[in-house]
Amino acid sequence: MSLTSDDVEKVALLARLMLSPDELESMTAEMQQIVGYVDQLAEVDTTGIEPMAHAVELRNVTKDDNVAPSLPRGEALANAPKHNEEGYLVPAVLGD
Amino acid sequence: MSKYTTIIGLEVHVQLATKSKLFCRCSTQFGAEPNTQTCPVCIGMPGSLPVMNEEALNLALQTAVALNCTIPPLTKWDRKQYYYPDLPKGYQISQYDMPMSEHGHLEISDSKDRFETKQIRILRAHLEEDAGKSVHDEVAGRADSVIDLNRTGTPLLEIVSEPDMRSALEARAYLDELKLLLTYIGVSDCNMQEGSLRVDANVNLHIDKGGEKIATPIVEIKNMNSFRAVERAIEYEAGRQYKVWQETGAKLGDSPKQTRGWDDAAGVTRGQRSKEESSDYRYFPDPDLVPVSFSDEQVDAAKASLGELPSTIRESLQSDHGLSAYDAEVLVNQGRTLIDYYQSAVKVAGDAKGVCNWVTQDVLRVLKESDAGIETFSITAASLGDFVAKQKSGELPTARGRDVFDAMLEKGLSAADAMHSLGIEEVDDSELESLCQSLLEANPRIVDDVKGGKQQAVGALIGQAKKQNPNADPSKVRQICLDLIAKM
Repeated sequence: MSLTSDDVEKVALLARLMLSPDELESMTAEMQQIVGYVDQLAEVDTTGIEPMAHAVELRNVTKDDNVAPSLPRGEALANAPKHNEEGYLVPAVLGD
Repeated sequence: MSKYTTIIGLEVHVQLATKSKLFCRCSTQFGAEPNTQTCPVCIGMPGSLPVMNEEALNLALQTAVALNCTIPPLTKWDRKQYYYPDLPKGYQISQYDMPMSEHGHLEISDSKDRFETKQIRILRAHLEEDAGKSVHDEVAGRADSVIDLNRTGTPLLEIVSEPDMRSALEARAYLDELKLLLTYIGVSDCNMQEGSLRVDANVNLHIDKGGEKIATPIVEIKNMNSFRAVERAIEYEAGRQYKVWQETGAKLGDSPKQTRGWDDAAGVTRGQRSKEESSDYRYFPDPDLVPVSFSDEQVDAAKASLGELPSTIRESLQSDHGLSAYDAEVLVNQGRTLIDYYQSAVKVAGDAKGVCNWVTQDVLRVLKESDAGIETFSITAASLGDFVAKQKSGELPTARGRDVFDAMLEKGLSAADAMHSLGIEEVDDSELESLCQSLLEANPRIVDDVKGGKQQAVGALIGQAKKQNPNADPSKVRQICLDLIAKM
């Protein structure tokens, strides 16, 4: 499978990343390498093998429905690039 | 005949009534201070791992079986990727190609017969986590939006119908019935104001043009904050699509699915960003969560736990209790506690219709006026049943029913005590007969009138009888007088 710069542009848009033409070019090559690496898996013959829903054969790992303390607000907000005393601050999301 | 048929499918998100979130132990309590109910898992800190809430699975399973869905042997979790500030992980944990339930149905009907009873097919119902909330303070003209992540990770069940509804009225009936069902089985409080129930509608038209059936592009309507808004939005959107079709001739497939927001104040839908195609969400299985399999025993237990569902109760109220479709609907729509009250009262009274009349007319009126629930109503079900029984046996004259009811209500008395306090006693039949006899003797003209065919003339005697003995039962007085006149 080969990746085009259009593919990379689309993924960048979905991730809200703005790439310069140079970055787009180098990114396409790098992503091609990653995809190509994973592509090696296609060489394995999987005829007749049941697809798995998960890599481990565990099922039904659950917790009970009890509340435990949450993070103190200050701690939860501490790593945000921008916040006030109540919440995370992000550039206005309008027109939606 | 209408120029077009409106085709409607609904996506309903309901918040499941768990105490903690879907994959962590943060509280789901509504109304907390912003960002006080979050933890490394729900705000997507690196290295944190989600663990499924078993109660959310149980509630989802109960809902799915109540909606007649089949439960596949295996279900799994997928990541739905999209970039939005209220989605801290950059993906939502949802279910894509192996939902926990599918292929159900919900029956809708209209007691006023405005549409025929029909089954709305349910395509699927799957679990997912909720996103956070953005608040943009436009008044202050602030440049930034504030994000509150308390709601992030709250368990939602997304219930997707097939496009089986053909009018705003049917869509409304589906939502009413769904909400009733969910509140009966207690899986959600369905409070729209608090966001516990949200509705998106997919709408398009089938237009018959000279024998050719044309479908218009599908529009998804969002941002409807009440069931009434859903009805209005669908009606508006159908008209708008027909107009657009007349102008442009655009058909299904000519353009990607459009998303429009409902503006309730203006009463119009407005275009929003074009909907990202399903593949743009780049779903893939979530490696952090193992699949879930429900055993047959679990499915059976979920079915057994449901209790009587609204549709079953409505049916039995009509077939076993002899109530009208309308009365059955009024009672069932009040919720499970009122039905329990009604049924307990009927057991004591042995008169379903009688209890129904007092409940639907007087009890509901009092509850509405005092804005209270049946839980705190001062007349117990047993007292009301006894009260109705006494009317049925004739011990309490029907005409005095209202006075006794009011006394029971105001003073919290039993029916017997209320009757005693009002001086109501059953009048002995022979006493009543002698009273009637004396009235007839004193009113020969009325006797003549009745004999001449004017039966209604006897009404004047009833008034006189009540004056002499307030406990006299009007219908009995009437009958006795007519019988006596016939023998004269």
